[in-house]
Amino acid sequence: MKTKLSAQNLNISFGTKQVLKNVNVSFNENEITALIGPSGCGKSTLLRSFNRMHDLSPDANINGTIMLDDLNIYSKNIPVTEIRKRIGMVFQKANPFPKSIQENITYGLKINNLPHGKDVIEKALQEAYLWDEVKNDLKMPATRLSGGQQQRLCIARAVALRPEVILMDEPCSALDPVSTLKIEELIKHLKKKYTIAIVTHNMQQAQRVADKTIFMYLGEVMEEGPTDQIFNNPKNEITTNYINGYFG
Amino acid sequence: MESFLLTDSENIMQFKTNKLSSVIEWGSLLLSTAIVCFFIAVIIWEIFSKGFSVLSWEFTTMVPKEGMTSGGILTPIIGTVLLTLITSAFAVPFGICCAIYLNEYAENTWVTRTIRAAIRNLSGVPSIIYGLFGLALFVQALNFGTSLVAAGLTLGLLSLPYIITTTEEALKRIPNSTREAALAVGATKFETIKDVVIPSAMSGILTGVVLTLSRAAGETAPILFTGAAFYINGSSGYVNQEFMALPYHLYMLSTQHQSIDQVKPIAYGTALVLVIVVFLLNLTAFYIRYKYRKDEN
Repeated sequence: MKTKLSAQNLNISFGTKQVLKNVNVSFNENEITALIGPSGCGKSTLLRSFNRMHDLSPDANINGTIMLDDLNIYSKNIPVTEIRKRIGMVFQKANPFPKSIQENITYGLKINNLPHGKDVIEKALQEAYLWDEVKNDLKMPATRLSGGQQQRLCIARAVALRPEVILMDEPCSALDPVSTLKIEELIKHLKKKYTIAIVTHNMQQAQRVADKTIFMYLGEVMEEGPTDQIFNNPKNEITTNYINGYFG
Repeated sequence: MESFLLTDSENIMQFKTNKLSSVIEWGSLLLSTAIVCFFIAVIIWEIFSKGFSVLSWEFTTMVPKEGMTSGGILTPIIGTVLLTLITSAFAVPFGICCAIYLNEYAENTWVTRTIRAAIRNLSGVPSIIYGLFGLALFVQALNFGTSLVAAGLTLGLLSLPYIITTTEEALKRIPNSTREAALAVGATKFETIKDVVIPSAMSGILTGVVLTLSRAAGETAPILFTGAAFYINGSSGYVNQEFMALPYHLYMLSTQHQSIDQVKPIAYGTALVLVIVVFLLNLTAFYIRYKYRKDEN
């Protein structure tokens, strides 16, 4: 299995607070990797460092290497927009642009000078299992969609750019069980084309979708391995306690 | 144990006291509202009843005649419109850009915080101070003379802090998740602001702009020394010359004119027109907000 994305000796601190301590992780191509761990363990921070979202925080201090194939994404001579085009992101709370459904898909394509015709829009929406529900209302404001539909639109917006990696930060935490299942099904279907990293609080979800699971605790990676092994035969005692619900 | 239990009569007493205090609370709020409404009604009634009789098409389309004792108020209307246009041409672009810089680009250092505090304080400075400053800077130092452009720029300075503050508030209301959404699809910071943040904040920005301009249009003190004229014969509208403006015309008619009884109806008519202009501008702000809210949902 080929490694698509990896972090080596990654340390991240905000001001004087160190959030990630010497993190070494890798994400395999065409696999779903789940990041689990208690609140504040640094899993979202790790995820956001992969498409350089911390560039916005002036007090963020990042040390270490993050490689996408053989490209160091924090290298000075590569524009951050190029990285974000290749590594897409879906956020915890659906955040469609306050524009029409169609424009939500085309915006990223337009600013990256990519074709944004009808066929591209349809393909992206179909990949996100949303096309049948919205094909007659493409001009409708995206904010009128339901929460689950909005999140699928955000996924469609990300896949429209044909990224290589899609980062998902608790994409279902604000959704009802039915919408959650739809998104999980969608994620599993997307792994054929993309490498997916998903942060989740929901252990059942990690077991349902992930090929590989990384357990983090207090800014460190405690254990990583195939999902089955992490949940059925964890090697670390803290992992055992967490997945059995002794803390969290 | 007994001390916790109240007898029936004590319960009823308690209930009555509670009821009484809630009536007093409710009543005092209602009374305050009624008093405020009463004064607003008196003001509107006063202006309408005395100004309505002179209000006509001719009144708004004729220049003042016979020492302003007859004729209309076209000259001050034109003056106020042009003045507001100059004010907005100066204050709106600078104000909005400044707010974007402060909210989106500037780091939160003591310098930024000082600038922000200074801007907030400027919006509390009495408007006559702006008038004096405009006289010193535009009329004298920059040698614009007492003119439409000097007065417009002075009002622009007065409007800037309001436009900056309201625009910044509107930008602050846009959650970071919206910015992240644009960045995550590969937008640059400038594209994010231009394509997503500003359009989302537009209703708030425009509302602030219109309300600020409606306030500026009614200001008298800043234009007093910088360009407003007692009377201009015939046409006005040259940016390098003096002009007549509605609020100053009203001030002048009601305090400075020698035949005060003759011009009283015209003064009330002018007040009414000014109130209508400000009301229409506020209505525009209300409409903008309504329209954007509807589009957003």
